[in-house]
Amino acid sequence: MKNRNPIWDFFTSVKLALFTLFFLATTSVIGTIIPQKESAQWYIDKYGETTANLFQILSITPDMYTSGWFLSLLGLLCINLITCSVDRFPGVWRQIKADNLDIPLARLEKMDPQFCWQLPTPPASTASTLKNDLRVRGWKAEERTLANGLLLFAQKGAMTRTGVYIVHASILLIFAGAIIGSSFGFKASVMLPETRTTDTVYTFDTHSSINLGFEIRCDRFNIEFYDNGMPKAYRSQLSILEKGKVVIEKAIVVNDPLSYKGITFYQSSYEPYQEFLVTITDKKTGLNETAIIPYKQQQNFTENGLRLGIINAEAQGQSVSRMKIWLTDDKGEPSLFWLTDGEQVTVERATTKYAVSAKQMYATGLQVAKDPGVWVVYSGCALMILGLIVAFFMSHQRIWLYIREETGGTSSILMTGNANKNKAGFEKIFQTLTETINKV
Amino acid sequence: MNSSQLIGITTFTYLFSTILYTAFFIFKTKRLGPLATLFTLIAFLIQTAGIGLRWVESYQMGMGRAPLTNIYESVVFFAWTIIFIYLIIEWKFKTRIIGAFAVPFAFLAMAYASFASGITKEIVPLVPALQSNWLIAHVVTCFIGYAAFAVAAGLGFMYLIKNTSETRQSTNDSTLLGSLPPLKVIDDITHKTMVFGFLWLSIGIITGAIWANSAWGTYWSWDPKETWSLITWFIYAITLHARYTRGWGGTRIAWLAIFGFISVIFTYYGVNFLLSGLHSYGSN
Ligand code: HEM
Repeated sequence: MKNRNPIWDFFTSVKLALFTLFFLATTSVIGTIIPQKESAQWYIDKYGETTANLFQILSITPDMYTSGWFLSLLGLLCINLITCSVDRFPGVWRQIKADNLDIPLARLEKMDPQFCWQLPTPPASTASTLKNDLRVRGWKAEERTLANGLLLFAQKGAMTRTGVYIVHASILLIFAGAIIGSSFGFKASVMLPETRTTDTVYTFDTHSSINLGFEIRCDRFNIEFYDNGMPKAYRSQLSILEKGKVVIEKAIVVNDPLSYKGITFYQSSYEPYQEFLVTITDKKTGLNETAIIPYKQQQNFTENGLRLGIINAEAQGQSVSRMKIWLTDDKGEPSLFWLTDGEQVTVERATTKYAVSAKQMYATGLQVAKDPGVWVVYSGCALMILGLIVAFFMSHQRIWLYIREETGGTSSILMTGNANKNKAGFEKIFQTLTETINKV
Repeated sequence: MNSSQLIGITTFTYLFSTILYTAFFIFKTKRLGPLATLFTLIAFLIQTAGIGLRWVESYQMGMGRAPLTNIYESVVFFAWTIIFIYLIIEWKFKTRIIGAFAVPFAFLAMAYASFASGITKEIVPLVPALQSNWLIAHVVTCFIGYAAFAVAAGLGFMYLIKNTSETRQSTNDSTLLGSLPPLKVIDDITHKTMVFGFLWLSIGIITGAIWANSAWGTYWSWDPKETWSLITWFIYAITLHARYTRGWGGTRIAWLAIFGFISVIFTYYGVNFLLSGLHSYGSN
């Protein structure tokens, strides 16, 4: 019933697979040598006008891996995989479902390995003894009565024949996930200053704006350092707001993002400002106020004529570690004190006490991604590993026992079997079986 | 005794192992065989202790992290895995000669880690992007794959040498190459080692993709390192298919094992040093 036309043959051939994989491997090298995703001017400066033009015509720049010809190669691999599987799988399925008791005895006699012995019992009771023996060793045997005896058959791992097809299908699933992701998802970013809220992010490739459908606020950003001054963690305290109400709060760090409604926010960069976020609480009245104060500028708070300025600062690189604060409420001399970034001090004034905390202001750089295909890709990956283990390390093992009636009501037995892979391993199993099976 | 000393000792013990295996191969002194194995095993245990101690030290320095996160540590782990895989092969296939072709890779890796300039041996804390269990899984799995491919390349090399001798199909202890296992056996072990490596490389690429996705929201971005790991993966996929469906074996597979390992080295070493060098050279 197979449709042997030349086009079908071409697309199902493993030669084509080898060709496609070879071309994918060799052409992929190009994009690792010629830098990708640079500007047109960059390529002209580096390679000269003519070469840069040639690269562009051949779609090697700016992005070879999404160019028509490279995607076509990937597409060809997919078509090849699909047709090859459609072509071969039915045959494999027939082998899995085959009636193995319906086998010419002549074939059994030619199979290797073989083992022959005699039992004094008639075939029917011999069969039930041996079946029992096999069951104890994990082989479930079926039985069929033949003209001059009985045939027993047992198998393990018939389904492992599908391993290769699981691997091949997993590759298609990964491609499907990638297509879903690039069709229905986006990759964007946003620079969000502390205390600010936004509902808009900007895509990487075209810089077009995307409305999130909810709002995100950066409550706080800070950097932790190791003792030797290396950065240990970048942390953004984020809130998600729906109609002005906070629905989720989470502190994200690199490698631990925040997801909401299929959109995920990743910590990716930051920007320090020459401004400070200052919070003052009047310990007597409990009044509390936060303000953004530029460096070396005086800020008026609403309460009691309170005024504050940051007159000096110590920094590690661009990150302020300590700042000197000037504060007055016109009741006595102004207070002057040092404050560590992010910490709180209590300032005693003539009529009240203030809790003052201050930190340098940052914007957090968030990468924003929506990728509805990622779980499809991950399923494909899991399936691939499963399929590889099955294809590489498991085999379909079959054994037959032909029990022939001898004159005088005794039985002679021929045991044989095979495996589709790892013949050496199967021979060992077969050997053990011959040593332990009932021979008296 | 600190971890650097232990790991430093390992370099020399692997050199000595290499010498023992080579002497065993060339002079066929039967007694040298078990000695080579014993010595390699001890060197392996010292290295294991060194890696373990380095882990403990990182905790004592207040930045506890697995010892797998920079070039030095990964090359040391690479050598460790080569010896691990080799010892399993020796035990499973009951042949010691392979040691003369596999153990040198471990020595070379250790020598590179110890003596190459520009490789820091200090335990430095992890920058935020590297603080991920997926990264650890990624490094471990990739290097198991790489080590298997190194052993496969050694075997491929052995196959090509044996192929020039008259005693191709047999073992005949009276000649140098005769004492190597028969071609069929070498071919079989090469293939099995590559299959093993392919599985781990696949897992390595996948865990790397998951790590990238948890850090940046993109599981694949075609950067040179990723792309090269995929190229290597394609080369071994081609090898497997050529063998299974077109019946390739012997010399061709031996060459592919060597060629594949060159691609592995390029993925690991070349991308960092040659390509980035190329880029910085260009932008100067
Ligand atoms: C990167 C892509 C591919 C990967 C990772 C892959 C993986 C595999 C693996 C692991 C095996 C099993 C080998 C074994 O039995 O141990 C296999 C076998 C096979 N593959 Fe692929 N494959 C790929 C692409 C293709 C393509 C495009 C074709 C199309 C013709 C193909 C056709 C076959 C065939 C015919 C077999 C042998 C099946 C059998 O033993 O019955 N493969 N493949």
